[in-house]
Amino acid sequence: MTTLPEIPDTATTAARLTGADLTLRYGDRTVVADLDVAIPDGRVTAIVGPNACGKSTLLRALSRVLTPTSGVVRLDGTALGDLGTKEVARRIALLPQAPEAPDGITVADLVGRGRFPHQTFFRQWSDDDEAAVQRALAAAGVEDLAERQLDELSGGQRQRVWIATVLAQDTPVLLLDEPTTFLDIGHQFEVLELCRELNEDHGVTVVAVLHDLQQAARYADHLVVMADGEIVAEGPPADVIDAPLVERVFGLPCRVVPDPVAGTPMVVALGRRSR
Amino acid sequence: MRPVTAAPAPTRPARTRTRLPRLHRRSLVTGAVGTVLLVGLFLLGLMTGSTTLGAGEVVTALGGGDGSAILWKVRLPRTVAAVVIGASLGLSGAVFQSISRNPLGSPDLIGFITGAATGAVIAIAVLGAQPWAVSLAAVVGGLVTAVVVLLLAHRRDGAPGYRLILVGIGAGAFLQAVNQLVLTRTDGQMAIAAQVWLVGSLTAISWTDTLVAVVGLAAAAPVVALLARHLVVMELGDDFAGQVGVRLQGVRIGAMMAATGLAAAATAAAGPISFVALAAPHLVRQIARTPATPFALAALSGAVLLLAADIVSQSLPAGIRVPVALMTGVLGGLYLLWLLTRSRWR
Repeated sequence: MTTLPEIPDTATTAARLTGADLTLRYGDRTVVADLDVAIPDGRVTAIVGPNACGKSTLLRALSRVLTPTSGVVRLDGTALGDLGTKEVARRIALLPQAPEAPDGITVADLVGRGRFPHQTFFRQWSDDDEAAVQRALAAAGVEDLAERQLDELSGGQRQRVWIATVLAQDTPVLLLDEPTTFLDIGHQFEVLELCRELNEDHGVTVVAVLHDLQQAARYADHLVVMADGEIVAEGPPADVIDAPLVERVFGLPCRVVPDPVAGTPMVVALGRRSR
Repeated sequence: MRPVTAAPAPTRPARTRTRLPRLHRRSLVTGAVGTVLLVGLFLLGLMTGSTTLGAGEVVTALGGGDGSAILWKVRLPRTVAAVVIGASLGLSGAVFQSISRNPLGSPDLIGFITGAATGAVIAIAVLGAQPWAVSLAAVVGGLVTAVVVLLLAHRRDGAPGYRLILVGIGAGAFLQAVNQLVLTRTDGQMAIAAQVWLVGSLTAISWTDTLVAVVGLAAAAPVVALLARHLVVMELGDDFAGQVGVRLQGVRIGAMMAATGLAAAATAAAGPISFVALAAPHLVRQIARTPATPFALAALSGAVLLLAADIVSQSLPAGIRVPVALMTGVLGGLYLLWLLTRSRWR
């Protein structure tokens, strides 16, 4: 519940989740090679970069859904591979890009499945589970939808329910893979606001892959810019984003101006005619 | 968006409406009704046959009185077999439907039951095997088919899903042809015996045959029970299941082996019986409206379906009486058409 300084000094923040020398492959295709990354603790980190630059792949590796070909992801100093798979799941939650939901599942049922890492065969549903689900529903602002079926909800509501599902996992670290993709702009900001709230009110370390640079700059404390499987820049958004970087990484000639509301960097494309 | 304040308001009234996924009420009701139905049908099954017995006569016969022989040697094995085989098929179908995330993922459609039949047909027609060896050959045939199909459908990353179903349908068509080929190359008694076996039937089923199915169910059901909550989470996608800590490959292989064993043992006992595995899980899911694959209910509904189909097939007039597998085939075929033409599964 601490208030953050104006521009958080991410360099001095401890990192619980780090990746060292990561090489990530799908079959024979190398997506990321020899990458080092540290996720600042207690902050919101956004990973940005052009399509197919390895953002999602990195996120999957950080959550051990993808096993690195070489290199190691450490959580609190221990390699993920040395931790039990449920042990990891009690500390890191990942919302994948395209989770599937069975027909007719209710919101409460779905969110309850986030409790899997806390359950055993003999203790399948406890008061802790119940309380965690209620907290998650409340934190994501979907407690009134608990009895509704997922299919009936709007895209934005559905995404908040999915976020509640990973919140129910009760982890200090939350990884979100493109949580705003496929949402209209209103719902995009709703999800981003939620990320900030989770961080500021509940102390959750949030890492999100985002596409919109302006949104990333506005809502993240720490920005990781990737291109071709490498990190090309990282740090506080105001230090990282400038016109040469955007042109180099995205091939987009632009001007960077302060966001009129938040003062964070805002990318305005130049386009061919206005240059 | 609803504003969330840093400190939760303590004055908020306590919520009374907290119905969380602990126990699904509709499932409990469905389970209770199904159990009553099963017990009733079981009794009806004991009463039904070439001579109809009253409920009192059944009790007398069970106690060793009049009709004891017919009851203990014919009707009881048949009724018990219907329950056990139906439950095995229903459970097997539920597992495959869960893993493939597709209502068509069922051991009869993806060739596993045909594969078990191939094993049995070869044992009967080519080797002239004893009944116990035929059962063994059916189980082996089913397992070998499963391994081949799973290897062909395997992808390095991701669920077998659609691939499993397509490869399985291909394998099933091929094995069906093999079965026919073996029959046309065989003469006389052995061909007839194989042909008879190929029409799954509970008529004249022995305690030995029934035992094969019982062993299959007893071995596989605990495995499914252990893996059920993992399978349910896997229905949310591999990435989600992986991140909550499900060991995807292990669960998938274990569940598929159990489900294949169930289907193979059931087929070994009675011959190929189609559509129970396909229909039972889906039917009960529609009735109970469960959010997850209802494994126990699928077994229950499989038992009820097969028992009911057997009673109906025995009760038909002698001229049009058919083996139970033809009965389930006709009903199940119609059900499949209905399933495929409904807009939701387009």
